Formats: sequence, C-alpha cells, structure tokens
Amino acid sequence: MSGQAVSLCDVRKNFGATEIIRGVTLNIAQGERHAIIGPNGAGKTTLFNLISGRFPITSGEIALNDTRIDTMPPHQINRMGLSRSFQITSIFHKLTVFENLRCGLLWSMGYRYSFWSPLWRQKALNEKAEFLMEDLNLASRANTPAGLLSYAEQRALEIGMTIAGGASVILLDEPTAGMSNTETDYAMDLIRRVTQGKTLLMVEHDMKVVFDLADTVTVLVYGQVIASGPPVTVRASRAVQEAYLGALEE
Amino acid sequence: MEIILVSLLNGLVYGMLLFMLASGLTLIFSMMGVLNFAHASIYMIGAYLAFEVSRWFGFLPALILAPILCGAIGAAIEIWGLRRVHHNGHIAELLFTFGLVFIVQRGVQMIWGMLPMPYRVPSYLDFPLFTLYGANFPAYRGFMLLISAGMLLAIWLLLKKTRVGLIIQAALTHPNMVSSLGHNVPMVFTGVFAGGCGLAGLAGVIGGNYLTTESSMADAMGPIVFVVVVFGGLGSLAGCFIASIIMGMIQTFAVVFDYTIADMFSPLFKVPEMDTLLGEILTVPMSRIGPLLPYALMILILLVRPRGLLGTRDT
Amino acid sequence: MSDAARSIPMATPRRAGSAMTWLWVLGLVLAIALPWCFYDFAKARHSGFMISMFSQAGMMIIFALSYNMLMGQAGLLSFCHAVFFGFGGYVVIHALTGASNGSFPIPMELMPLAGGLAGLILAIIFGYMATKQRATAFAMITLGIGELMATAALMFQHFFGGEGGITSDRMIDRSLFGLSYAQSIEVYYLIVFWTMVSVIGMYFLTQTPLGRMANACRDNFERAQFVGYDPKIVRFIQFALSGLFAGMGGALYAIAYEIVTFDSMAGPLSANALLMAYIGGTTVFGGPILGAVLITVLQSGVSLLSNSWLVYVGVLFITMVTFVPEGLAGIIMAHGPIRKAGKLGKLAVPYVRILVPGFILVLGFVALVELVSFQTIGAAQGKKLVLFGNPIDIASNIPWAVAIGGLIIGGIWLRFESIVFGRVWDEITAELKRAEART
Ligand SMILES: Nc1ncnc2c1ncn2[C@@H]1O[C@H](COP(=O)(O)OP(=O)(O)O)[C@@H](O)[C@H]1O
Ligand SMILES: [Mg+2]
Repeated sequence: MSGQAVSLCDVRKNFGATEIIRGVTLNIAQGERHAIIGPNGAGKTTLFNLISGRFPITSGEIALNDTRIDTMPPHQINRMGLSRSFQITSIFHKLTVFENLRCGLLWSMGYRYSFWSPLWRQKALNEKAEFLMEDLNLASRANTPAGLLSYAEQRALEIGMTIAGGASVILLDEPTAGMSNTETDYAMDLIRRVTQGKTLLMVEHDMKVVFDLADTVTVLVYGQVIASGPPVTVRASRAVQEAYLGALEE
Repeated sequence: MEIILVSLLNGLVYGMLLFMLASGLTLIFSMMGVLNFAHASIYMIGAYLAFEVSRWFGFLPALILAPILCGAIGAAIEIWGLRRVHHNGHIAELLFTFGLVFIVQRGVQMIWGMLPMPYRVPSYLDFPLFTLYGANFPAYRGFMLLISAGMLLAIWLLLKKTRVGLIIQAALTHPNMVSSLGHNVPMVFTGVFAGGCGLAGLAGVIGGNYLTTESSMADAMGPIVFVVVVFGGLGSLAGCFIASIIMGMIQTFAVVFDYTIADMFSPLFKVPEMDTLLGEILTVPMSRIGPLLPYALMILILLVRPRGLLGTRDT
Repeated sequence: MSDAARSIPMATPRRAGSAMTWLWVLGLVLAIALPWCFYDFAKARHSGFMISMFSQAGMMIIFALSYNMLMGQAGLLSFCHAVFFGFGGYVVIHALTGASNGSFPIPMELMPLAGGLAGLILAIIFGYMATKQRATAFAMITLGIGELMATAALMFQHFFGGEGGITSDRMIDRSLFGLSYAQSIEVYYLIVFWTMVSVIGMYFLTQTPLGRMANACRDNFERAQFVGYDPKIVRFIQFALSGLFAGMGGALYAIAYEIVTFDSMAGPLSANALLMAYIGGTTVFGGPILGAVLITVLQSGVSLLSNSWLVYVGVLFITMVTFVPEGLAGIIMAHGPIRKAGKLGKLAVPYVRILVPGFILVLGFVALVELVSFQTIGAAQGKKLVLFGNPIDIASNIPWAVAIGGLIIGGIWLRFESIVFGRVWDEITAELKRAEART
C-alpha cells in the first residue's frame, strides 16, 4: 500500500438496500494519470464522491498518501491535497470568474477564515488568480458572474477551481462532457498542462482522450472493477469488450 | 390523578387543533417547499369569517362556509401570488407569505377593529358533556375532538384511497418526481395550498370560540405551528400528528403542574432564596416556562436531527 | 503557467469606483449637515422629531447592514437578529448605570463597544447552535431562539426588567471630550460616528477572505467544502460578527432612548431587519442602508399620520418580492450601464408615464385603506378623518367611489404603461448588448 497516492481497499457503498459500489480495490501511484471508464450508472461518480468525502463509505478503506481519509469531511480531505471537479458544473454562480478562482486559492495560501486581511492588498494571491485566469483563457471574462458564462467556459472554470489550490491529487469527473471537438482538444491540452507532475484520476467517456492521456485505465462496471492496466492491454481485454463495449451499444 | 386525566383530554383537544393547522402547513411545506408564514393568518381569517357568518346564519353554516372561503383565499394566494414569485426561489415565496402576515394582521384590525370579537360557542353545544372527578368537560371540546377526528379520517382516506392522494404522497417524499409523473403540477399545488388553507380555516372556526377571536391570535399561534411542523419532520403527516399532540400536552401540563425548578430540588435540599437572575430562573413557575418549552424542544431536535422526528428528508 | 501569460500586465478587477467613493462622502456630509436643515433659528433649537428620526435611521442602518451580513452575504435567513440588538441595548443600559455609580467606569463614547461585545458573546453562544445547520433548519432554529429570548426577557425581572423594561440615565458625566450628552444633537453625532465606523467595518469584512467565503457558501456550500473550507465555521464566524454589529446598534438605541424593553428583542424588530434589508436590496452592500432610511422615514412619518402603517409596509414588501426581488439598490444598479452609455435620457418619458398612473394607484389605495380603517379604528377613537389635507365625510359615497376609481383606473393604466416601459427598457438593454458584442 505504501507509496501510493490514492489507494482503495474493498470499498463498498450502499444507497438504501442497493449496493452501488461493490468492493472496489484500486491503487494509484504518485504522478500517475489514471482514467476510469465504464457505462452510465456504473458508479464512477459515486466512487469520486466516496474518495473526496462527499458521501461516507459503507465499508472498506480509502487512503491518501498512506493516510486514512474515509472518515474525514470533504474540506479536510481537500486540505490534505486532494481536489476534485464535478460532472455537473459546481461553481459559485453569483461571484465573478476572478472571485471564483480566488476562492479556490484562499485556503491553500493560508488565509483560512481571516476577517482581518483585505483581499485587495494580497498581491501574491491576486496575481496567482490572474495567472490562472489567463491560463484558463478566461481573462476577458474576469468580472463576469460565473453563472453567466457559456457552458465550455464554466467547465474551464470548474477545472481551474479544482487545480487552483495546488492539490497533488486531482479528480476530474467527465471534464470534457458536452464539449465540441475543438473545445475538447483545448480542454485536454489545458488539463495536461495544469496537472503536470500531479496525480490525475479522471472519468472520461471519450476513448480517444483516454488512450491519449492515461497511463492506466480502470474499467468499472456495476460497481466493480473488471479490468485495470495500461490502455493497450485494457483495450485488448476480452472481458472489457464483452462487458463494457457491449454495454455501450445497448 | 383526576387532574392528569382532565389535562390529558384538554391536551388532546389542543393538540388536535394544532394538528388541524399543522397538517396543512406540512403538506404545503413538504410538497411545495414553501414555508407559509401566513398559515396562522388564514386561521385567524377563518375565525373572523366564522364569527361573521355565524352572526347572520348560525354556527353550522359557518363551520362549512368559513373553511371553503379560506380555501378560496388560499387558492387565490397561490395562483396570483406564489406562482409569480416561484421563479425567484423558495426564499422569495417565504418572504411573500411573510408580507401577507402584516397585511392580514392589520387588515383584520381595519375591518373588525382592535377589540376581541364576541364569537362564542353556540348555545346548543354549551353544556357539560360529562363530569370527571367533579370537573366538567364541556361538550364543545368533545365536539372539537369529533371534528378533528373526522378531519384526520378524511385526510387518511384521501391519501390512501384516491388517485390524488397517491400523487400527494409521492410528492411528499420526492417533490421533484411529481412533474415527471406527468401530472398537472400547478393544479396539484393550488389544490394542496387551498386545502391546507381550508384546514387552517376550519381550525379557525372551531378554535376561534374555544380560544379568543382577536387580531393577535395569528401571532400567538403562528410560531407554535411552525414548531410542530419542523419538530414532526418534513414530509411526514404522522410526525406532524405526534408533534401536535406532544406540543398540546406540554402546553396543557405546564399550566397544571405549576412547579418551579427550586421545587424540584426541594426534596434534596432547600434552595436558598436569591435576589439574583439565577434565583429568578430557579423560581419561575412552570406555567410561565411552558410557552418556552416547544421552542427549546424544536431547537434541540434540529440540533441532533435536522430532519425532525419522522422526517423523510432534511429541512 | 507559461511565461507569456506572466508577462501580460493585468489590471486588478475594479473595486468600488471613484463615483462610489464620492457617494459615500456625500452620505456622510448629508448625515452631518441634515439636522441643521431643520434647525429653528428663531428659537435657536433643533427639531426634536427630526433628530430623533435621524438617530433612529443611524441605528437601523447598522442593524439592517448587520442583518444583511447573514441574508445577503451568507444566504442565511435569520429570525432572531433583534436578540443581539436588544441584548446589546440591555447591557449598555446596565453599563450606563454602572458608569454613573462608578462600578463600570468607561466613557460614553466607548459604550457601543460594550454593546457590541455583548452582542458578539450572545451571537457566539446562539451561533454555535444555529450555524450547525443551514437553509430552513437554520431559519427555524433562529425562530426558536428569537421566541425564547423575547419570552425570557418578559419573564426575568432582574436583568431585563420584565414588561416595563429597564431604564437608565445617559448623563453619566464620563466623556472623552467633556460632553454631557444632555442634548440629543450630541447623541446624534455620537450615532453618526459609530454608524460610520460600523458601515466601514462591515464593508471591510465583505472584502476579506471570510466575507468572500461567506458569499461562496451562499452560492454553493458544497463547492466551498471542496476548496478547503468548512461552511459551518464560515457561517459561525459570520453570524458572530453580525451579532457584534447588531449589538452596537442596540447600544446606540439604549443611549438614545435611555430605556430598553423586550420589544427591542422581539420578533417584530427581527422582521423589520428583514424588511429593511430586502426592500433596500440584499445583493448590493449599500442596499440595506437605503432600506433602513426609507423604512425609518416612512415609519416615523406615516405612523404620525395614519395607523395603517403595517398594511403599507406589507404591500410595499410584497410588491418588492414579486416585482423587484433585487430591491431598491438593485433597481439603481440596473441603471448603471445605461447611464454609462448616456442613454438615461431615453427613459425619462417612460418613467413619467409610469409614475403618473402609479401615483394615482397609490393615492387610491391609501384613500381606500384609510377609509376602511377609519370606519372601525378611527371612529372608535372619535377622530375626524382628514385625507390629503381635506376633511372627509365617510358616510358619503363620493370618497369611496373616488378611492376605488383611483385604484382601478390607476391599476389598469399602470399595467398598460408598464408594458410600454418594459419594451423601451428591453430595447435599450438589447442595444447595449449589441454594442458590447461589437467591441
Ligand atoms: N445519492 C444517491 N442516492 C441514491 N442512489 C444514487 C445516488 N447517487 C448515485 N446513485 C445511483 O448510483 C448509481 C451510479 O451512479 P453514478 O455514480 O452517478 O454513475 P456514473 O457516474 O458511473 O454514471 C446510479 O444507479 C445512481 O442512480
Ligand atoms: Mg457520472
């Protein structure tokens, strides 16, 4: 177990009587780019929710850099260096793009609950937020309330807020869903750039993207891992072709 | 012993009255997400209307007419008021009903004046029903129990035996499911709001002459009904019922058992008389703390169980 | 982050522009100068009514702004805000008594700090309970707290003085500047000073990490957790600080009136905070100031002339909730871009056109309310009805017909004009959008 960025050991999750995650064991090494694929309703988002502390797990163990995190609240997990994005865009709608990104930075830059340091005086903070905005290609929208952005822009902001805090482990839930081809290309480029040297765990439907970006692919079907390994191996696997590709065609 | 039995009966009467008010509020709150602050105002309107109708036509017509009128008022509020502010969110809806409270409060004073109304129990119900250990139990309280029991039965039948009831039940626990069922949601909402207001009106009719019909009656009842709904839990009529009875009992028994905190300690040791705030707290009689208890209880339950007693989802 | 990005110079997003700064300065000058506009030079004295109204406005500004720290900025609907206001007031009444008998020797000028501290402590205690929850559960807990404290204030003689409240004397003969505070104008300037301090303080808070995260938790408390913040703690600190300012407002109340009763803790005052903040506009920092001033002036003015105050407030409130959820400040802000584009003139005629029927509608409504109200309440008091300066005979049909006619005609006409207005407005905003798209 040691040395892994994220490790899950026989993780299970029930919603009422139905078991949605049925014993997932998964190890993600430091610096790995790990993609999770699987049909709709397989439990990919749920798995992210468990790792990031949004839902409590029913049984099993989750560790981040060898520390148990499965009983921690989300904010504490985040402070330990794990950050996530949401499949359904989750941003601060009434705050401007700049404010959104600044909120993403605050904790990591040590401001905590400060009510004595005026934001406009925090040069390093504001510069960082601006660079980030530039990086995300959102600088022209700096003062636009996030709720008024276009879909693609909101997705970019979502990714930006996820990486803003400088977490070492990044979870991205379908970052390119609903994007056009050019938008997807741009987003992937962005993701590759901003997650340099970090551990990346990503749910993705676009196979081209997956095989392009990931070092390792895990296939989740009905809450169970049916295959895990380098993209080429997984693509060739009979089990995956039967279970997953079959399910896709349904 | 006899005092306990009598208080139990009185607590039941009051609890059932609370339930009549709170059940409508629970339905509205659970289905529409609207915390209807004006619910007790409708109750007050019910009482005033009942007084007015019974003055001209007698009590029985009032018993039927006033709730119907209140239901109509409720429907009007829903159609011309709430529906317009709906797109601004639940807070806006809540604030809308909050504004109504002021208007009704003053409106009632404008129309009927500041003095309590001489709305009395009809003479044919004004006799002791039975005598319990020397204490009379007025027939009107029996009548109130009868009406509330009838209402309870009617709600139960409506929910369990009719199609509309099934929709309402589904909507109680999964409010966003209703629209996907393909029913006419606005109609259902209007119906529920009107029905809830009708029940509040009915409570006004039978509560107005049991308590007092005056312009402060909404203020007196409003918060306590909220307490019942929140305490009982969102989406649960059963929880609402239990909460109503509990609150009714608490209020009644607090008056009866007029002890102080100092009295409770008296078997153990004598609490010295103190001319301080602490001394005062220790010697406040239960009857005065009584009105505080529901709020304290509500805060407690929300702290440990934010969904209330039997609630199906978080408040 | 690439070096190219780094080299691009970027202006920090604009904070309050200079026009705004001037507006604040103007407000302050107005606050200082206003009492002298009503100075009676012949008798060489101030108008007691006006000073009292302006003083009231000052404390209500603090109260409404501190309420908006919860409602507008943190998305928390509280029904117990008056508890902290009232508690600050009670403590300061005791402090005044203590100051004059020497047991609490602090000067008058610092009394608001005592009230603020009291509010803060109580808000820490109640905030600890209430802010564990959010949304409706939070609102209901505060409702419970409000009822509890108001009832407790009635019940306990020692601290709260029961129904009669407690009184003190502000001439404590302790002042940093040797002032006696015998005259209400001295108290007024004390209030102006502390109102200014509070407004600046609360504005400052909106520009701190806590203030920003309060906004963030309001918009999306879940996301706030995933950027490392515990929304409960954000709510808690915000709640405690808003209690601090409310307590300061209550302290000024105690100083100005020298009496505090349970009313200053009770539900109606909490409701007032909500009304002021909402009508003024919760989305703009200064909104509640507008609301507080408007409500105070209306309350002082209208309650002199008519006892139907509650109806007017209720109708005003409902109208705002239905048609202008962003409040007065929101309306004003909406004109910002139009003003910048120099197109404000285009709205002048449509504005006059809706104001005329609006005026008729309001007059008709007021007349009707007063007529109805006079029939029961006024007549019982044996008064004569005087509407808009004319004595009215309510037995005659004419005033009723005029009132109802005004209401109906004004209503229909206004509806028509508001459609016209909406069309002009949409045209202008569409034009602005096109212009923006071109640049
Ligand atoms: N909060 C929840 N309560 C109950 N069931 C849920 C909840 N969240 C997800 N589910 C169920 O879990 C299953 C997996 O969902 P999800 O993790 O979103 O799938 P994926 O992201 O792989 O498409 C679905 O059947 C969904 O209905
Ligand atoms: Mg998913």
